[in-house]
Amino acid sequence: MVKKISIGVIGIQGAISEHVAIMQNTLKTTDTPGTVFIVKNLGDINKIDALILPGGETTTISKILYKLGLHTAIAKKIKENNLPVMGTCAGCVILASEIIDDIKDDVKLLHAIDMQVERNAFGRQKESFEKNINIEGVHHPYNAVFIRAPVIRKIWGKTKVLAKINKKIVMARQDNLLALSFHPELTNDLRIHNYFLDMI
Amino acid sequence: MEKFDIKKLRFGTIMLKKGFAKMQKGGVIMDVTNAEQAKIAEDSGAVAVMALERVPADIRATGGVARMADPTVIQNIMDVVSIPVMAKVRIGHFAEAQALESLGVDMIDESEVLTPADPFYHIDKHDFTIPFVCGCRNLGEAVRRIWEGAAMIRTKGEAGTGNIVEAIRHQRMVMGMIRTLKDMNKSEMERLAEEYSQSYVNSIKTITNVKISNSTIVFEKYEYGAVKKEICDVLNEIKGMQRLPVVNFAAGGIATPADAAIMMQLGSDGVFVGSGIFKSGNPKKIAKAIVEAVAHYDEPEVIAKVSKNLGEPMTGIEIEDIPKEQLLQERGW
Repeated sequence: MVKKISIGVIGIQGAISEHVAIMQNTLKTTDTPGTVFIVKNLGDINKIDALILPGGETTTISKILYKLGLHTAIAKKIKENNLPVMGTCAGCVILASEIIDDIKDDVKLLHAIDMQVERNAFGRQKESFEKNINIEGVHHPYNAVFIRAPVIRKIWGKTKVLAKINKKIVMARQDNLLALSFHPELTNDLRIHNYFLDMI
Repeated sequence: MEKFDIKKLRFGTIMLKKGFAKMQKGGVIMDVTNAEQAKIAEDSGAVAVMALERVPADIRATGGVARMADPTVIQNIMDVVSIPVMAKVRIGHFAEAQALESLGVDMIDESEVLTPADPFYHIDKHDFTIPFVCGCRNLGEAVRRIWEGAAMIRTKGEAGTGNIVEAIRHQRMVMGMIRTLKDMNKSEMERLAEEYSQSYVNSIKTITNVKISNSTIVFEKYEYGAVKKEICDVLNEIKGMQRLPVVNFAAGGIATPADAAIMMQLGSDGVFVGSGIFKSGNPKKIAKAIVEAVAHYDEPEVIAKVSKNLGEPMTGIEIEDIPKEQLLQERGW
């Protein structure tokens, strides 16, 4: 019998229902047996085979993750069980090892991917944009939605660049950890979620 | 910032505006009047701050014409927090909105808390790169604001009162009406769209006294026939989704964690807290408690825990004690 995959979406704040819907749609269109559910409590971490860290406000999400003990539990499961994780926008920041920030506030990072991120790297909301980008391993082009987006400033170790806008890295992968600074969950394009599903 | 291929970038799309609002879901947006309060809000876990010169309770107490805040106040707040900064403009005052957009504010609240500037029209929000949030008391107001380009809707409630009753009224009015759409047929939907378009017709009748036909321009560049059709499109989308097609927050009178929780349980995507935080005895504590209440709105034991020993909440006002002409929710149409 085929094992059912359990995919958790961190349900603190932000584009949660959008990730649940697009991931469910991805499972359905690929005939993959599995469930997608919202993770809000510590106990849920034991039930998941993969995790999505959605976009939202980094400061808010990271504070509550930490307070609930989820931060430590996720970091542990990544380290000890190679938990596959996809982080979009705020989720990308939280997966990083280092952060550059103009404004000092204590975002708690998971130190999961060997990369340094910069928050709001393109500017404020009026500088938010959509753009067709090329992604390694995904058929071109892909319309990426950047909202007050971070960029990956530096990578090291085993981390690989998957997409760039000129010199700015906007998508990277380290083993089964995936970080992107844009929002696939706001579109109807399943290719990024398909890519993540292949990693699980 | 380094130069990159600007030609292929698309700014200010509907996707970006609605997407920005979606990133606020499940969060608390707090009114702040200076950098220090903004820091407290951010540290407490707010998803954004609303930069103001005075909170609604003080606007209510002071009286007079309430306008867009001094850009210095807004800039000072933008300089100290990394979360988005929003600011309010008067209803219809597109020049205030242009000024705020140039300042780099992340979202504009076209708000009844300030004194309305245009007796006929709200702002044509499609003209802007940055997204707007607007208040509503019922589905008709919500649909008109969405058609005008609002990326986010909030209840009007009755700001500055610390009294939740009007926010609940407006949320129930919107949600109840959305449910009734389910049973409406095509012609009933068209009739409702026509009814919801009347506010533009009334304005143009007052201005020009002409006979209205489908080709009459009733608002900015929009003809009456197109307005009715597009309002019907919005209604059909709502009918299908059984919710507003944009993020929907609660606002106007939220003062406690339980107030926030009840609004979330009634279907709000998040809450605005105005005077409730910095007019209370212990702003830091109440700010954190409301953030937790929104994240755990369906867990009564969390609401009970965070409601303990919050100190003095803001003093509330009975809606009946406010003279009708001083009700902020009556502003806008």
